[in-house]
Amino acid sequence: MNMIVTPASPATPNGTTRPQVRIVIVGHVDHGKSTLVGRLLHETGSLPDGKLEMLKAVSARRGMPFEWSFLLDALQTERDQGITIDTTQIRFRTNSRDIVLIDAPGHAEFLRNMITGASQADGAVLIIDALEGVRDQTRRHGYLLHLLGVKQVAVVVNKMDRVDFSADRFNEISDEISAHLQGLGVKPTAVIPISARDGDGVAERTDRIGWYKGPTVVEALDQLEPARPLEALALRLPVQAIYKFDDRRIVAGRIESGSLIAGDEVVIMPAGKIAKIKTVESWPVTPVAGRQGAGRSVGITLDRELFIERGDIIAHTNAAPRETRRLRARIFWLHDKPLAKGDQLLVRCGPKESRATVVAIEKAVDPGELSSVENKAIGRNHVGEIDISLSNPIATDPYTENPRTGRLVIEVSGRIAGGGLVLSVDAGQRAVPVDIVPVESALRLDERSARYRHNGAVVWLTGLPASGKSTLAKALERRLFTNGGSPILLDGDTVRAGLNSDLGFSAADRSENIRRLAEVATHLARNGHIAIVAAVSPAREDRAAARRIADTAFREIHVATPAGICEERDPKGHYKKARAGALASFTGIGNDYETPQAAELVIDTSTRTVADAADEIERMLKTTGVLFDELVDLAANI
Amino acid sequence: MHLLRTDSGADGRDSRPPVSEQIPLGLTAPSMDHLDQLEAQSIYIFREAFGRLKKIALLWSLGKDSNVMIWLARKAFFGRLPFPALHVDTGKKFPEMYRFRDHYGKEWDLDLRVEPCPPIDAVDATLPPAARSAARKTEGLKMALGKFGFDGLIAGIRRDEEATRAKERVFSPRGLEGNWDVRDQPPEFWDHFNASPPQGAHLRIHPILHWTESDIWAYTKRENIPIIPLYLSQNGKRYRSLGDQDITNPVASTASNIDEILIELEQTKVPERAGRALDHETEDAFERLRVAGYL
Ligand SMILES: Nc1nc2c(ncn2[C@@H]2O[C@H](COP(=O)(O)OP(=O)(O)O)[C@@H](O)[C@H]2O)c(=O)[nH]1
Ligand SMILES: [Mg+2]
Repeated sequence: MNMIVTPASPATPNGTTRPQVRIVIVGHVDHGKSTLVGRLLHETGSLPDGKLEMLKAVSARRGMPFEWSFLLDALQTERDQGITIDTTQIRFRTNSRDIVLIDAPGHAEFLRNMITGASQADGAVLIIDALEGVRDQTRRHGYLLHLLGVKQVAVVVNKMDRVDFSADRFNEISDEISAHLQGLGVKPTAVIPISARDGDGVAERTDRIGWYKGPTVVEALDQLEPARPLEALALRLPVQAIYKFDDRRIVAGRIESGSLIAGDEVVIMPAGKIAKIKTVESWPVTPVAGRQGAGRSVGITLDRELFIERGDIIAHTNAAPRETRRLRARIFWLHDKPLAKGDQLLVRCGPKESRATVVAIEKAVDPGELSSVENKAIGRNHVGEIDISLSNPIATDPYTENPRTGRLVIEVSGRIAGGGLVLSVDAGQRAVPVDIVPVESALRLDERSARYRHNGAVVWLTGLPASGKSTLAKALERRLFTNGGSPILLDGDTVRAGLNSDLGFSAADRSENIRRLAEVATHLARNGHIAIVAAVSPAREDRAAARRIADTAFREIHVATPAGICEERDPKGHYKKARAGALASFTGIGNDYETPQAAELVIDTSTRTVADAADEIERMLKTTGVLFDELVDLAANI
Repeated sequence: MHLLRTDSGADGRDSRPPVSEQIPLGLTAPSMDHLDQLEAQSIYIFREAFGRLKKIALLWSLGKDSNVMIWLARKAFFGRLPFPALHVDTGKKFPEMYRFRDHYGKEWDLDLRVEPCPPIDAVDATLPPAARSAARKTEGLKMALGKFGFDGLIAGIRRDEEATRAKERVFSPRGLEGNWDVRDQPPEFWDHFNASPPQGAHLRIHPILHWTESDIWAYTKRENIPIIPLYLSQNGKRYRSLGDQDITNPVASTASNIDEILIELEQTKVPERAGRALDHETEDAFERLRVAGYL
């Protein structure tokens, strides 16, 4: 056979080192987006041979004046109606960039297509008709650029020929749009007067705009930067699939941020399971050595068999995303039926999907309007903030911490109906199943803290049996109570006698034991009490789960009395029994206690008195904001 | 109104330091070049298609684009193509193309399904000749869909090829008749794809929509992907795009290897499909074909 297998040879000549920038052109309908794109292609010599002639012929055939927009408005219906219906992309070059221009429709009816186009852009050109000025779609598009995370925006004031190239009119519009964009947190990189039809300001500063000293459109495009992969952020590898084509079990996904390398210790969220990356698999060569950074589609194997599913997020153990069933998002809505409180949806966060219920709607407005009338529901093409409750826990980040994982889309009947940014996640809030309406306390937190002089907290004492957890817990309880606080003791053994009497000592039962302790303790903490948990809690993963449940209320104290001394003490005779083989699954004489690595406090009770230790816990609770340092002026709170 | 507050959790729910402050710096991975980025994106799309649809196939036209697709799929699935490769055969391809199919179908261990197209009389007679011939392929495609019940077909079209393709989605829903409703394409952003075709309809999946002709060649060269020799110049002519023998013409070219093709593409202003008769018969011939379900 004479197949060609290409020989290896020097670098390709197509300039793959030139940065490629994707730029979307947005703005109100008829303000000249498609015209500007056509003009840009012409000015940069990017049109294929014969294209201009063909378009002129098309215009003549239709008995219409020549329109640059025909270059992009490729669909018959688009040309017939003279409007852009769907987004399109076309390429050209400037001095230093390969540019992919994305033309977006300006018509409100096709906002979904504008979003489709703009979501792929690194930067945007917002176009405004000099005669008409800023219109509702101008504002709406500006707002959506913000929601889509497009931060580089150049403004173009078009059709200057229709206002006699008036500098005053230009300045008026420039001031208005700059103020509007700044309100959205966007500073325009340039504001440029042009006539897309005639070419002024596109590639050249003509005499007619002689008063303008800034960059041309081409120069402004040359300054936009491609978006960089988020390698400096913490590792986020959302799991797309688990493949078992051969004896390897490959976890596949795209690294959204950070980087990884074989040997890394990782946590699989939201379950919180910990493992090490064994290999990074690839094809045709495998495994691959070296670090893999954000943007790569990879496959990894782990050093142990864990239950992993699509949508889990793999992160480094010291910087894991939050696990949550409740979050707040700022969204845009594209569906015909307005989004209202109580609506049931499907939410996708990367590959993860979960059914969800809208529990609250706030700030529902039309971003196209100047005066924002707040609505109860989010109408089509409007925006708003919503609280959603998820039926499955998901792992996510607020978008301020991670713009890739901190965003979501909403599906209705299998079709994307909206999307937006995760503003905050409520790590402590559990799912609210649709027909359960949680009853909130009648008291406000500050009422309680004014009385108790402390905030709610979960003080978690972990350590070997007989290390002194219960003794310390009781001393602390007395201390806090004497000071007027509201401590509540949750001793592992006591809770096992009641609430957890159905649980044994298998790993799964131990995890469930800890989960229930953490849930109860967190509930107390949310109501202003200090829950003091005394439980061996030997597994690091279980304690990590408890911390996720209690979130910022969690204070871990490792009671680190040496094992020998614990065994000597043996108040309940457990060590003796275990040594005699009469007590299975006893933590203490094996090495199954996993020492905490980042406890808020470590206390060795063999070297200090109980009172001493209680002092130290009190100090820690003060410095970490649980106990109020000074006696607060109670009167001020009444 | 404070819609634009960028702090999260004004109620104090999030008090941890930003993630960026939590990780040590100085651990950097080798940066990705343009082809790496294209590849990673295509792999992501392949994995989404395989994971979210029930029964998919890859349309293997034997050309440069679909060969790159097969290569990318094997990268996505660690060496194998875990779904069939479907060749909708007009019976009028070049002999070199059939030889290529039979050879690499075996070598790459493909689950190859060859489906014939119906005779020309079965096709809309109002279309100009080349378009009518291409429409045969659409019919062949529909028959294959009916026969196997695929809910997703992976096709190697690119935005830079042609203006209506530039308006495509990555996951493009088709109607029950395989038709493309250009007036009502669903929103698609942030790599979230609409992957729920209605009962009986299917999706077209376009994993290399974002590639250009130059990208395809540069990648073919980098990865050493085999090609059909008709793409290289012989006697001053080569094919830029391979379709049916009777409706595809070679272009004047002296490019006899991939490097020379890349240089040629750098300079040319002739569109890639110039040699495809069906694109030029009338202004909207191609759009009509695509709306009816052509690739
Ligand atoms: N006078 C004048 N007309 C323009 C200019 N740019 C665009 N137009 C016209 O404005 C109309 C709408 O342009 P188009 O590009 O389709 O707008 P789009 O909806 O934003 O894409 C067309 O009739 C253009 O010819 C300009 O600079 N000056
Ligand atoms: Mg337009």
